[in-house]
Order: sequence, then structure tokens, then C-alpha cells
Amino acid sequence: MRIPPIVVRAASLAAALLAWHALTSANVRLWVRFDRFPGPLEVAREFGRQLGQARFYEDVAQSLVRILSGFALAAVLGIALGIAVARSRWAANLLQPLFEVARPIPAIALVPVAILLFPANEQGIVFITFVAAFFPVLVSTRHAVRALPAVWEEAVRTLGGGRLRVLAQVVLPGVLPGVFGGLSVGMGVAWICVISAEMISGDFGTGYRTWQAYTIVDYPGVLVGMITIGLLGWLTSAAVELAGRRLTRWRTS
Amino acid sequence: MSGPDGLALRAEGVALGYGGRPVVTDLDLDVRPGEVLVIAGPSGCGKSTLLRAFAGLLPAAAGRVTAGGEPVTGPSADRALVFQDDALLPWRTARRNVELPLAIRGVPRGERRERAAHWLERVGLADAAGRLPRELSGGMRQRVQLARALAGEPRAILMDEPFGALDAQTRATMQRLLVEVLASAPATVVFVTHDVDEALLIGDRVVVLGPRGVAAEVRPGTGAPDHILRDRLLSALGARDETKEAV
Repeated sequence: MRIPPIVVRAASLAAALLAWHALTSANVRLWVRFDRFPGPLEVAREFGRQLGQARFYEDVAQSLVRILSGFALAAVLGIALGIAVARSRWAANLLQPLFEVARPIPAIALVPVAILLFPANEQGIVFITFVAAFFPVLVSTRHAVRALPAVWEEAVRTLGGGRLRVLAQVVLPGVLPGVFGGLSVGMGVAWICVISAEMISGDFGTGYRTWQAYTIVDYPGVLVGMITIGLLGWLTSAAVELAGRRLTRWRTS
Repeated sequence: MSGPDGLALRAEGVALGYGGRPVVTDLDLDVRPGEVLVIAGPSGCGKSTLLRAFAGLLPAAAGRVTAGGEPVTGPSADRALVFQDDALLPWRTARRNVELPLAIRGVPRGERRERAAHWLERVGLADAAGRLPRELSGGMRQRVQLARALAGEPRAILMDEPFGALDAQTRATMQRLLVEVLASAPATVVFVTHDVDEALLIGDRVVVLGPRGVAAEVRPGTGAPDHILRDRLLSALGARDETKEAV
């Protein structure tokens, strides 16, 4: 007998919830301790309470604005500079050393720099998110440009197309499949960094709220924050994925 | 639809190659306006390299390459290149690929559409206009490439083994189509192939390229029977191609 995949998936999720409930309601202490850990019902109740408050939505909106601004900046600059360093020796000589030095620094380690540089927390958090997402986009764009078959560019040039036309009608569409790989990774690390930055230096936002719940010993609140972050991350990644599939439909059969 | 006059192409004492070692040296070749010149030669003889030099994609290491008397310094809409395969932009439909040279020439959108439709019909692909390259067979893709090259009304069409990747039957169909389409096009054509029969079918003139320039030259359709021309080309190509005679 074949069980439909959706049933298996739902069962897996339900089993995890059930195990969680069993462990916490029985106050299990087996080296890992569940006696103070909030159970699923408690968390669900807290989630319901927060969903009824405006503050929850304000926090979510704040985090989304931050991540989307940082991510948009990273996408635009990452693609533009990635193409520039791959296609111009001049740009490569000028920028490549800077990128190589800056790339290994974890974006979250830039919190002190952001605090020094920017007049407000807000810009600092966006900056950190931008840096986090920028490098995956840059690197994947650079590779995608180098992997472009020369024949497309040659065809357009022998039809009379100039540099700009080659950029707009060969390079940009041609690198999109590779670029979307970088955008997906970028969105992932952007969430890590926006939440961490909010925890360290924010005064609102989902990451800040989660950390604040921890400091006031509101454990169900912590878990609500985490679940919210998980759902938001999943939604934004799915959006990037969907946009990528739409824009590169010419590839798949 | 008749375009502008064919372009004269000329190579004078040309040496060509990638990196340090030239594939061809001391090459002199004249392509007369409006003629269909086929360049034959074994793999690696530099025939595609020469075509790229005419297209302006590869500068000559020595000597001069001219088009219409002017030195060739880069690619131009006057000299369209048709590649062996996969030169269509895969994210554009057949119609949008054919519209590309028209857009480059600044033809208004509505007219672009009309003219692209005309050329697609000309190569027998009126029904496939909305399809993406991956939804077309190899032969159909080459037809689209041909339509794209012709749509720009270039004064010279350079073809680099355009049917080399096709099966024998599609190839024969494409050769007939090409002869038919070129009969009404005023452009100069330089066609590169390693297939002697294809050369004799398509060319007004066939030259065999050797390491030191033109090794043989024949003119199909000027009296001499085809099998004699064929033997002359084959002997210029060297014994390696003798095996093909049996086919």
C-alpha cells in the first residue's frame, strides 16, 4: 500500500509535537532537562495571545523592512559589482583585493563597526544585513558571468550589438540562474544576521523581542519568537525561489 | 525583400591563430561582392579562425583583413556570423531571437514583429515563432539562426559549419533551403565546411585552405562535371578524406 507523501509529512510533524508535549508534561530529566521547558500548548497559547497584539505585527514589520532593505541593496550591488569584476580587468584589480579581505569577516562581527559608523541603530542593522547577503550574491554572480558561453555574446556582437546591449541582453539574463543560487544563500544569512543584530543592538523587531523574552524569563515568548523567525525565513526563501523559477523558466523543460 | 549590396572581403598576407602559434600564415583570399564562397579544409586548418577574422571577433596576427576596402577592427552588423549550434539566446522565443538584429538596427517594434514573422516564414518556421530554443530541434534552431542573420540584412553572411551538428537528412533539407534562400539575397556569403559535397552544392566557388593559404580552387556549375571537381577537392584535402568517397 502506498501512503500519500502529504500524510507522511503531516505525521512526522505531529509526532514531533507529540514527543515535545510528552517530554515537557512529564517533566523529563534525562541529562537534557525538560522540566522548565515550555510545552507546545503553552507556546501555542502565548502565540495566540501575541497574535492579538499590535506589537507582534510591528516587530515583524520592522524586521521585514530591515531584511528587505539590506537584501535589496545586496542584490543590486552584488549583481552589479559581480558583473563588473568578472568583465573588467580594471574593476577586478580595483575591487577584488577589498572583497577578499572583507569577505571572511562574519557580518555579525561588524556590529561595533556599525555602531561607530551609523548615527542610528536602524541603519547599522540594515548595513549588517546588507554585508551578510552581499558576498554570496557577488561571488555567485562572478562565477555565473565567467561560465557564460562566449557564443551568445559573439552572436549579439556580430549582429551589431554594442557593450550595453551585450550587458542587458546577454549577460544579465544569462547569469540569472547562477545569481539566484547566491540570492537564496544570501537570504538565509541575511536572516541570521538581522536577528542577531536585533538581539545585540535593536530596540524592537522580532529578534529583539525574542531576546527580551529570554531576559525576563518568558520562555514561551522565546519559542514564539523563534517560530516566527522560522516562518518568516521560510516565506522569504520561498519567495526568492519562486521568483528565480519564474525568471529562468527558459532553462527547465 | 532585397537588402543592400554584397560586401567585398579580403585577406592580405594574413596570419591567424590563438596565442603564439599561428594556424594559418601568408593567406591571401578575395571574396567578391555577392558571391557564395565555400571554404573547405580538414579540422584545424584554420577555416573557422579565418571566418572569425572576417567577422571581426579575432584580430589578425599579421597582414590585413578588409571589408568593403576598410580594415576590419571589430564586429559589425554588416557581417553576421552563423554558428554551428546553440547561438540563439535561450531565454528568447524564436521570434524574439529574429527580432534582435532589428532592435539593434533601431527598427520600430511593430515593424520588427512583422519582419521577424516574414523571415521565420521564409525558413519554414511560421508556426514555431513562439517557441523557446530548447523546444526546437537542432535543425529548427539552425533555421532560426539563419532567419536571425538574414533579418538584419547584413552585407555579408559568414557561416561556420552551420549544419555540422545535424543528422544527414536534416542536413540535406537545410542545404536545399539555404541555396533557395540565398538565391534571392544579395549578400556575400562565406560558408565554412569540411564536407566536399556540401561545398559543391552551395558554393559559387570553393577553396581548400591549407597551412599556407589557398591549396585549391574550383567553380561548381561552370562546365566541369561534379565528380571531377570533387576529386580535385578531395586530393587537395589529402588522403584522409578518401574514406568519405565510399559513403
